[in-house]
Amino acid sequence: MIALLIRDLRLAMRAGGGFGLGLAFFLIVVVLVPFGVGPQSTLLSSIAPGILWLGALLACLLSLDRIFALDWEDGSLDLLATAPLPMEAIVTIKALAHWLTTGLPLVLAAPVFGLLLSLPEAGYKPLILSLFLGTPALSVIGTFGAALTVGLKRGGLLLSLLVLPLYVPTLIFGAEMARRGAAGLDVTTPLLMLAGITCGTIALLPFASAAVLRVNLR
Amino acid sequence: MPMGIKVSDLTIARGGIKVLEGLSFQLAAGQALVLRGPNGVGKTTLLRTIAGLQPPVSGRIESAVDTLVYAGHADGIKATLTVSENLKFWAQVFGNADISAALEAFELTPLSNRPAGALSAGQKRRLGLARLLVTGRDVWILDEPTVSLDVQAVEMFAAAIREHLRQGGSALIATHINLGLDEARILDVGPYRAKALEIDDFDGAFL
Repeated sequence: MIALLIRDLRLAMRAGGGFGLGLAFFLIVVVLVPFGVGPQSTLLSSIAPGILWLGALLACLLSLDRIFALDWEDGSLDLLATAPLPMEAIVTIKALAHWLTTGLPLVLAAPVFGLLLSLPEAGYKPLILSLFLGTPALSVIGTFGAALTVGLKRGGLLLSLLVLPLYVPTLIFGAEMARRGAAGLDVTTPLLMLAGITCGTIALLPFASAAVLRVNLR
Repeated sequence: MPMGIKVSDLTIARGGIKVLEGLSFQLAAGQALVLRGPNGVGKTTLLRTIAGLQPPVSGRIESAVDTLVYAGHADGIKATLTVSENLKFWAQVFGNADISAALEAFELTPLSNRPAGALSAGQKRRLGLARLLVTGRDVWILDEPTVSLDVQAVEMFAAAIREHLRQGGSALIATHINLGLDEARILDVGPYRAKALEIDDFDGAFL
């Protein structure tokens, strides 16, 4: 299992691996938004938490179809399925690798991007915490979507349509937590809801992903 | 439970349509079985079913736990990893560490630090076959293993199979060419082709 994680991280770092794709997209969104809404820093600072969360979510979405598609194309997925690794472990490791290469860089870059959107000072801690809690759920849900659409030619559209509604709860509570934090309000309720959603998806979805992957490999 | 595979009265389907039925054979330790049959008869489907990638329609496949290894049309090679990184990954997945013997057997040692994407088709295939050696599994299930291999590499492959059989392993191979394995039995799956009755009935409903 560790070997699979190391291989996936190594592949992401090598040429054409897609590491930094999400980060670059996130940067583009955050840099362009001030041009779009105009230079009023009060307006910017009030929409900053929502924009940052939305940017992170879309950046996550961008790299989802790579999770299984590349392994399916070159036959590794068949070979992994017949290897002595449980399918549940394979999908969990794949989700973890996706989070480490996409979600975690977004969390670490968020404070810098917050500056660009003049996020209020009180908002940084809740923003980072909410992204740190929320992005694992995005990766796990995305892995489920990728497992559903593996083997479909140009499955990216279907994948986005399937995954977007499932992302809504995470987005609502994540952005709510960042927004309340920026406004200096108590964040306990959205924090607990977000943590609950993430724990629930991590606990349940790998089994669903493994099941649909088995069906798709037939 | 004997080593190897025992298949009894197996019926398999591809895309919901039965392709082979009533197939029975046994593969004991130290034996090789070559599957023959026209294109599309269901050889790949049979191998995938035995490898556990899809369930059979009916019948039984018996084998000891964790003894099979499957190699399909695609080699599962990552182009941006080097030859030795590719092999090491599969060795670790199967709980082994040593890849030097596998590199040696398929004459990949001089290529071990080259990115797999820079290999020729035949060299890639040799890397895919070297993967079998690092798995340490007893029963090899091979689908067209000699595609894009030259004559010399086919001999290399036959030698690897012979050595594997000598060590008590077994191999189930779907291939059209003569591997030069005199000890291998040949099973033509053509006669087990499923009757196309359902399809006739289906057409009849519309006529």
